[in-house]
Amino acid sequence: MATITLGIMDPPYESANTPTAFRLVEAAIRKGHNVNVFCYEGATALGYAGQKQHPNAVHGASLEEEDHPNPKDWVKALLAYAAEKQVKLVWCNCGLCVDERGVESQVEGVCRGSPVDAWKYCEASDGVILIGTE
Amino acid sequence: MSKYVMIQSKSPWESGDLGHFYALARELGQGENEVTLFLVQNGVMAARSGATDVGLDELLGGKVRVLADDFSLRERAIETLRSGVRASAIDEVVDLLAGGAKALWH
Repeated sequence: MATITLGIMDPPYESANTPTAFRLVEAAIRKGHNVNVFCYEGATALGYAGQKQHPNAVHGASLEEEDHPNPKDWVKALLAYAAEKQVKLVWCNCGLCVDERGVESQVEGVCRGSPVDAWKYCEASDGVILIGTE
Repeated sequence: MSKYVMIQSKSPWESGDLGHFYALARELGQGENEVTLFLVQNGVMAARSGATDVGLDELLGGKVRVLADDFSLRERAIETLRSGVRASAIDEVVDLLAGGAKALWH
């Protein structure tokens, strides 16, 4: 079992980088590794609990029919998956970035930290990847 | 010797600095390092059969292993790859990270 740290920066609904990051986390958990995710800048909104689904008027789909997936649900699913696989998934937000964006209300299991925590995660990891914005 | 996993997420037609990333991969490979270039998202566009990308041309057949994310290939309906590129699950990136490879994302 290894420990892998991912740094992510893209906000929700903006970039293909986000699903790729989610896929990396899922694959690492599936393989039995511990994972640290440090969310910086816009990525701190990924776990924002206030995200809401919406209907799709263009396609005439109701909210239930559209069943639009919000990133907060993916974060919750990954935390649940880690618990099921009995590996550690730390999902840590930069606190200053959270405050700037007013996204203090996060799904259960997301914690708050600082770049110092990111440095500690990296120091204690076998592998580190930073997925930056453009 | 070090291990590197270099992840390319952009196509050569959307980013002018892609050539520098390819060149870094090539030079790390020439330095007797173990280098994997993993193409993901629009990065896989350069891997499709018939695509012309001088920077990738210079890597293929060399010391750098070139992989293309199978999920990104399916999303873009790319079924046939250029010689020298292998379709791969993202699991291979996880294996490299878990094994201590140094990772770079572009």
